[in-house]
Amino acid sequence: MDEKDREILRVLESDSRIGAGDLGTMLGLSPSEVQTRIIALEKSGILRKYTAIIDWKRAGDEGVVALVELKVSPEREYGYDRVADRIARFPEVKSLRLVTGTYDFQVIVTGRTMQEIAEFVSGQIASLENIKETVTHIVMKTYKEHGCELQRSEGVERLPYSF
Amino acid sequence: MAVNYREAKGSNVSRTVSDIREGTPRRKYISQRADGIPPSGIRKFFDLLLTMDDVISLGVGEPDFNTPWNVAVAGIDSIEKGVTSYTSNKGLQDLRELVSAYLTRQYHTKYDPDDEIIITTGVSEGLDLAVRAVVDPGDEVLVADPCYVSYAPCVMLAGGTPVALPCPAEDEFRVTPDALLEKVTKKTKLLMINYPNNPSGGVMGRDDLRAISDIIVDHDLLLLSDEIYSELTYEGRHVSPASIEPLRERTITLNGFSKAYSMTGWRVGYLCAPSDIAAAALKIHQYVMLSTPTMAQYAAIEALRGAEDAKDRMVAEFRMRRNLFVAGLNRIGLPCHLPKGAFYAFPSVQGTGLTDEEFAERLLLEQQVAVVPGRAFGASGVGHVRCAYAASRMDLEEAIRRMGIFLQSL
Repeated sequence: MDEKDREILRVLESDSRIGAGDLGTMLGLSPSEVQTRIIALEKSGILRKYTAIIDWKRAGDEGVVALVELKVSPEREYGYDRVADRIARFPEVKSLRLVTGTYDFQVIVTGRTMQEIAEFVSGQIASLENIKETVTHIVMKTYKEHGCELQRSEGVERLPYSF
Repeated sequence: MAVNYREAKGSNVSRTVSDIREGTPRRKYISQRADGIPPSGIRKFFDLLLTMDDVISLGVGEPDFNTPWNVAVAGIDSIEKGVTSYTSNKGLQDLRELVSAYLTRQYHTKYDPDDEIIITTGVSEGLDLAVRAVVDPGDEVLVADPCYVSYAPCVMLAGGTPVALPCPAEDEFRVTPDALLEKVTKKTKLLMINYPNNPSGGVMGRDDLRAISDIIVDHDLLLLSDEIYSELTYEGRHVSPASIEPLRERTITLNGFSKAYSMTGWRVGYLCAPSDIAAAALKIHQYVMLSTPTMAQYAAIEALRGAEDAKDRMVAEFRMRRNLFVAGLNRIGLPCHLPKGAFYAFPSVQGTGLTDEEFAERLLLEQQVAVVPGRAFGASGVGHVRCAYAASRMDLEEAIRRMGIFLQSL
């Protein structure tokens, strides 16, 4: 990792569709060097995935997102890692973090309906050994996702000509 | 994003002062000074644009980022707390101290916040103050050409005579000793420069400035240095003329928050000069402006205290867009040197057989891309067009695509 790698990562984080040619022009590298660096970043597990941020509500989707707080008893020898691994494997779980404060795990769960979320949390998560308590918050409205404000159009109104 | 200006009429595309139509009935009341100011070079383009859809504008001289939110909040806070009265004429003490420290840190210039710095309502006001503080009727003022459009009018309003100092493309738009010696006369009082340069993106490094400093001293000239684009320097570091010893006592430095912190509409800048000149400028400022808007000064304080990261991100983005856009221009056959500063590319259109004005007009009509003809910035700009790359990468790529089609069609 050097400064050029960091620059590549910062650009990709804001626009993962950009091609190696443009990236190279922007950063003063040849396309093949950009390609080599990207492959190395992928192989080392730093660059994980190329994705898109989607406002599903705007697309008319009725899906439900829930923020679930979990209190967990850590296991001797494994700590939180083994139970985290079991939770993370469910495709319904979009993100999972161990946090400081009054609970241990913060989990983001998605489902088609509230009922589906309820069944998943009680059936699959709460029933796991070591889970002491769950608190489920249903998301009412998402204002910002991955640095992208969903309720506000980006850009600035400017005069078309100014000196 | 391409904009439908036909629909946008009356919203953000409000007319500017320079757009008053030629047909307006003229009465006898207008002063000779006001009357002597030439009309804006792009009025025609404004009018054209208002009839058009799907336009990508590269004609914009301001960043396309929002003001960093913590900076905006500082302005909002001052309103909410009722801190909305006048400040001292010079501007808030805290802000002047922060400006002084910032200039020393970034550009190694030393200005006393008590009697060498005035907070102005944008660099535009600073220009006017500076010129009026030192220019008498009959004085000649050398204006490095191409330059921002207000320089010559400011000189004329002060009763001085603007004299264009050619800084053509072959000199990379810099002031050279030869050009300076050719234009300087006994009447020359002041030299006005702007680096990084609008419209060309040219810069003057330490050696370039040293090369003209003896001439400035020998002819007892003053130097007005508009450094509003100083943070947008992509190769090496910006050099402030006031950091060069023989020039310090003869230099008026102008700078501000508009470009570096995306704060154009807040209107905050500053004038720095040796105390005798600053005192004269302050007299004018106190009678024509009183003080710079208070909420904007509080926002500027926050910009200097807590927006360095935001500034660095914006500068990095401009640098990448510059590389992308200039490579695109060269690819489609519009030769363009890599501009070292500001956010403008200034390619030559001479190879197309069109004048800069024809090029800009036809590009707008045929491909809906707005650029500014170089002649609007002076004789040395003739044959070039100014393209602001302060637009999203997506818009820049689309603009290049359309310009490529336009060039093919010629």
